[in-house]
Order: sequence, then structure tokens, then C-alpha cells
Amino acid sequence: MTKTITDVVCPFCGTLCDDLEVSVTDDGKQILDVYNACAIGAEKFLHSQAKDRITRPRFQQPDGTWKETSYEEAADYTAKMLAGATKPLMYGWSSVNCEAQSMGNEIAEICRACVDNTAAVCHGTTLIAVQDIGLPSCTLGEVKNRADTIIFWGNNPCHAHPRHMSRYSIFPRGFFTGKGHKSRKMVVVDPRITDTAKMADIHLQVTQGQDYELLNALRVAFKGEWLPDVVAGIPKEKIIETANIMKAARFGIIFFGMGVTQSLGKNHNIDEAIAVTKDLNEYTKFSIMPMRGHYNVTGSGEVLAWQFGYPYSVDLTRGFPRYNPGDTSSIDLLNRGEIDAVFVIGSDPGAHFPISAVKHIANVNSVCIDPHITPTSGISKLHVPVAFNGVETGGNAYRMDNVPIDCRKVVDPPEGMLTDEEFLKMVRDRVKKLKGVA
Amino acid sequence: MATVTITMKNPPALYLEAEYICPDEFAGKTVAQIAELHVYEGNTKSTLGKYFEVSGDAGATAEDTKIVVRGDVKKVKYIGMKMSAGEIVVEGSTDLYAGAWMTGGRMLVKGDIQAFAATAMKGGELIIEGNAGNYLGAAYRGDWRGMSGGRILVKGNAGSDVGMYMTGGEMVINGNVDVHLATHAEGGKIIVKGNAPSKVAGQMVEGEVIIFGTIDVMMPGFKYVDDVDLEIEGITAKFAHYVGDTGERHKKRKGQMVYGHLYQKI
Ligand code: SF4
Repeated sequence: MTKTITDVVCPFCGTLCDDLEVSVTDDGKQILDVYNACAIGAEKFLHSQAKDRITRPRFQQPDGTWKETSYEEAADYTAKMLAGATKPLMYGWSSVNCEAQSMGNEIAEICRACVDNTAAVCHGTTLIAVQDIGLPSCTLGEVKNRADTIIFWGNNPCHAHPRHMSRYSIFPRGFFTGKGHKSRKMVVVDPRITDTAKMADIHLQVTQGQDYELLNALRVAFKGEWLPDVVAGIPKEKIIETANIMKAARFGIIFFGMGVTQSLGKNHNIDEAIAVTKDLNEYTKFSIMPMRGHYNVTGSGEVLAWQFGYPYSVDLTRGFPRYNPGDTSSIDLLNRGEIDAVFVIGSDPGAHFPISAVKHIANVNSVCIDPHITPTSGISKLHVPVAFNGVETGGNAYRMDNVPIDCRKVVDPPEGMLTDEEFLKMVRDRVKKLKGVA
Repeated sequence: MATVTITMKNPPALYLEAEYICPDEFAGKTVAQIAELHVYEGNTKSTLGKYFEVSGDAGATAEDTKIVVRGDVKKVKYIGMKMSAGEIVVEGSTDLYAGAWMTGGRMLVKGDIQAFAATAMKGGELIIEGNAGNYLGAAYRGDWRGMSGGRILVKGNAGSDVGMYMTGGEMVINGNVDVHLATHAEGGKIIVKGNAPSKVAGQMVEGEVIIFGTIDVMMPGFKYVDDVDLEIEGITAKFAHYVGDTGERHKKRKGQMVYGHLYQKI
């Protein structure tokens, strides 16, 4: 016999779908199938069932082989490394629940570390822009029920957030959007002809690296000022047509992704996109929302901002929080050689950071907390596998629209394995002793 | 003017935060007291004397105190932070936040400086003989007030985001700059003798930007007005005159719209 667990939350992408069903064996130990999820979401659940999973912490030996150890010893090593470092970096946090993030922040405060999440290589630029000029945003529920003009700028939800369009943005029939996708206009801005772009009513194939110019041109068009014949590869007439479509919306939204946050212009692209949204509110109701990637990267920003006042790249070395990406951001810290110990949890800088920064991780003491074997675990001195968040443990997470959702545990982790939070608590208690904090 | 010379003798393994290297802090102190001033390497607090050899005399006030910084200070941040008077000469290159929040006095760096120099500078003079980094004379994160007074001269090149949110003062860059010059500027004047690739003066509300070299991609929000003859730094030449950013908000003064002005040498 099997049982089916309903209303399961998918801990993969920032869409945080909460309508999954998972069938498990009667003893609750094994996942048999996952329903309603997209391919990448389902894989996250099924992957946890791999028979060759690493289930105990292990130290890397000088010859590159691994030696198994206990969680106790792993916690001792981690605590000593963090408490003894002059400028430790604690990076990751995006695939970790809020409870564990908060525990991690406590360790960072005691050890006076730098804490950063994966926004550093993703939507950190968005957070800079939001601090500079604000964010007129809404929830995905409002989009589903009200939005009739949807703009995807520099992102490809067909592949990166596969159920976003069916649950919230394009297809669902909402309260005021009873005709589903027939009642919605879809604009895609992307230099590539992506699968998302193929679905659009209007595809603006912007010249790569000139999103800032195109956004500026839209603002000029709203005001009816003079425009050059072509901006960023788009003819003036097309820009004016798009500007008019945006103005004519009943409720519009811009969803933007890493195509604008990490291309030339970075935070300024988002700054200008928010200014476009602000301008449009002179005519109609318009919102803007970042398409956050990891399932709980938004939560990490929330927890950091709640505890220290800043959403990422927080430097606690002087005993009070400081924030200035460029100085306190992980890649800069690593590239400049400012860090003497690296703690990574729930993310993979080994795969996503520039090689110069990765080399620096390999050169200092390092701990990687991750259920998987990753490029980061491969260069770390200590690898601590933990239970899968959202699969083998619950905990709180924030959706891309800043709505908190409690995840569900569906199966037990393999015998004797700890969760992130449990392991971090062991480290926290040790660090407190080492630092003489009550 | 009394001179204190500090010489790096024991370089930090990581980076040093030394905001007390400033005439305002040195003034009225003995050499021994100066050596006792705090510095931070990561989370570890120690003294200036652990890293630097201190000699000479400080004046009674910042105004008559000169600091000469010798040795390798490429890994020292915050030199000249918040200085209000006096003089600093850095004989080599230095790191982040040089002359940040300075309000007066004169700081000369003979080598290069890194990002965030002259953040929110209010007055005084900063001269860099080498290259400057990103965010020169810009606002601090989240602030909307960049450089508001004083003068900056860079003899080499400067990075991106130079003069972001600038509201006043003057900046001359003899070389090239990177993208996003004078973004969000609401005043002040920036002269670039070399080239600026793109995104020049985006979202500019007010102020002046003068480019002697090329601009690869012009912001669509800048519209051509006329050609003008200008005398800039002793050079008289013809410039194409643009106003903008027409997409951005603008005030009216005496019934006239106030724009940012961009001049490019023809
Ligand atoms: S869209 Fe995202 S949250 Fe939804 S099932 Fe797919 S991976 Fe999971």
C-alpha cells in the first residue's frame, strides 16, 4: 500500500508551487512518485532517493580521497574554523529554510563573519536598485486575478520557472481574468528567441547589453519626447507601440530575470525598470517583480534584513552590520583575498563563481554543507551532507513575491542524518563556548 | 605645517581598515599616541603602530597637520576618510574608500586608488596621479546624495559609476571612464578628456557632463540642441550640446524646464 501526501510545497525554484502530491511507501521512508510538479521540481524529490547518497560528514585528505567522520567531529571542526578566523565568509543559504538561516546568522554574529547569499550572483543588483528607488510590487495572487499585460524581461520562465505561467502569469483564469491567456497581452524582451519569446504577442529582440537604453527609451516614449530612429536594435515605432500597450493595461506587471540583473548595466537596469513601472502608475496600475531563482533565496534576504537590516552581503567583522556590495560581497571578498575561511551552505559557488574566486576557496579552510556532491564540496576540506530541505524536513520559505509558505516533510532522511538546522545548532553551541558567549 | 610620516613595515595578511589615518585624528597627538590609534584587520582590533612606523610631529589642529604615507598600502582601506582639513600624501597606491566623506583639505595619491574613493565628498581636493576605480565621488549605497562639493582630478582612467547621484562639485578625468558616468546626477560638473563607452548621464536630472572623446552608445533620453563653443580647462573647442535625460523627472525654474547638459567635442 502507499499513501499520498497532498499540498506539498516544491523546494526547487522561487515559484514555490504549493499544490504537489507525493506518494510514499506506507512506512513513510521512500518516495514513489511526484504529481503536479514540473520536471525539475519532481527531480528534486526523486533525487533524494538515490541509493548512493553520502550520509555522513567526510574530510578531504591531502591526496584527494575522503575519510568519513561523525557529525560531532564535523561540528567541532566547523566551530573552530569559524571562531578562529580573522574574516570568515558564510555563503549560500538559498536552499535552506528560514529557521536554519536564522541559526546561521547567530553564528555569524558571534564569529563576526561576512554573511552573503546567492543574490550575490543573481538578484543582488535588484536589491541595490530597490534600496535606491523603491519597489512597486504585488503578490502572484494579484497577478493571477488582475494582470492583463505581462512583460518578461531578460528571463525564460518556460525553462527556469516552468509552472510560473500556468499557475500565475499567463494561463490561469482569475477573478478579473476569466478568459485566461486570451485576456492577457504578453511581451518578452530578450536578445535570444527563447521558448518564452516564441509565445509572446510582442518580442523585442533587444541588442545584448542595451536593456538600459531600451528601458530609458520607453520612459521617453511615455512622455512623448523625441526618440532616435532605433534604440538597442528596436525601431522607434515598435518602442512607441509597446509603450502604448503598457499604458493601456488595466493591470500590468514586469517580471525580470538575470538577463537584466547580471548583464551590462546591472543594478541600473533594474533601477530604470522600476522607474518605468513608477512612470506607468501615472496612467494605470503597474507592478514589477524579480523572478527569484532558488526556492528560498528570498527568505534569506528577509531573514538577513530582519536580523541585520540588509538583505545580502552583510559584513559583521566590526561587530555591527555593514553593507556595500563591491566591498562586502562574496566574489569581491574572495577575488581580493580578504577572506581566510569559507563556509558554504545550500548553494554551489564552485560551479557559479568566477574561477579566480573558486581558487581562493580552495586555498583556505572550508566547509561545505550540502546533500549533494558538488564542485564546491569537491574543493572543500570538510563536506557535511544533510537532509533535503522541503523533502526530508519542513521549515519556512519565501516565494518570489515575499509570501512566506511552510514547507512539508514527506519522508524521513536516511538513518542518522541531521538537518541543516540541527547541524548548525551544534556549531552554534560550540562557537558560543569557544568565544565565551553565555 | 607639521608632518607625520607613517611607513608600512608589517603589511597585513588580509586587509586593513584604517580610518584614523586622517589629519583630524592625528592633530594634537604625540607620535606614541598616534601609534596607539585603532585599526582593524577583519574582526581583529589592533593598533596603527603594529603595522606602521610613525615619525615626525602632528600639528595642533587638522589644518596644520600633513600626513605622508609610505610603503605598500595597497591593502589599506579608508585613508583620509572624513578629513576636514590639512593634507595627506600617499606615495603609492591605496585601496577602497580613499578620501570618502571628505569635507576639506587636500589628498594626493601618487599611485592608483580602488573603488568608493571620495564617496559623498563635500569639499576639499582629491588628486590621483594614477587610475581611479568604480564609484568615484558617488553616493554611498542607498543614499541619493553623491559628491556635493570640492574637486577631484584623476590623471589616469576611472571606472564605472563615477559621479553617481552627484549633486555638486567638479571632477576632471584625464583618461577614459567606464559605463554609467553621472547616473542620477542632480548637479555638479564632470569633465572627461578621454572616452566614455555608454550609459552616459542616464537618469540625469541636472548638472553638466563634458566628454572630449567618443561615446559609443548615446542614451536615447538625450536630445541634440545646438553646437556651442566652450572653454574647458584652458582649451577652447566646439561641442555638440545635448539635454536630458528627457525620460527622467525634471523641475521647472522660472517657467523653464531644467535639464542635465551633455557636451561632446566635435
Ligand atoms: S515551477 Fe518551480 S516550484 Fe513549481 S514545481 Fe517547478 S520547480 Fe517546483
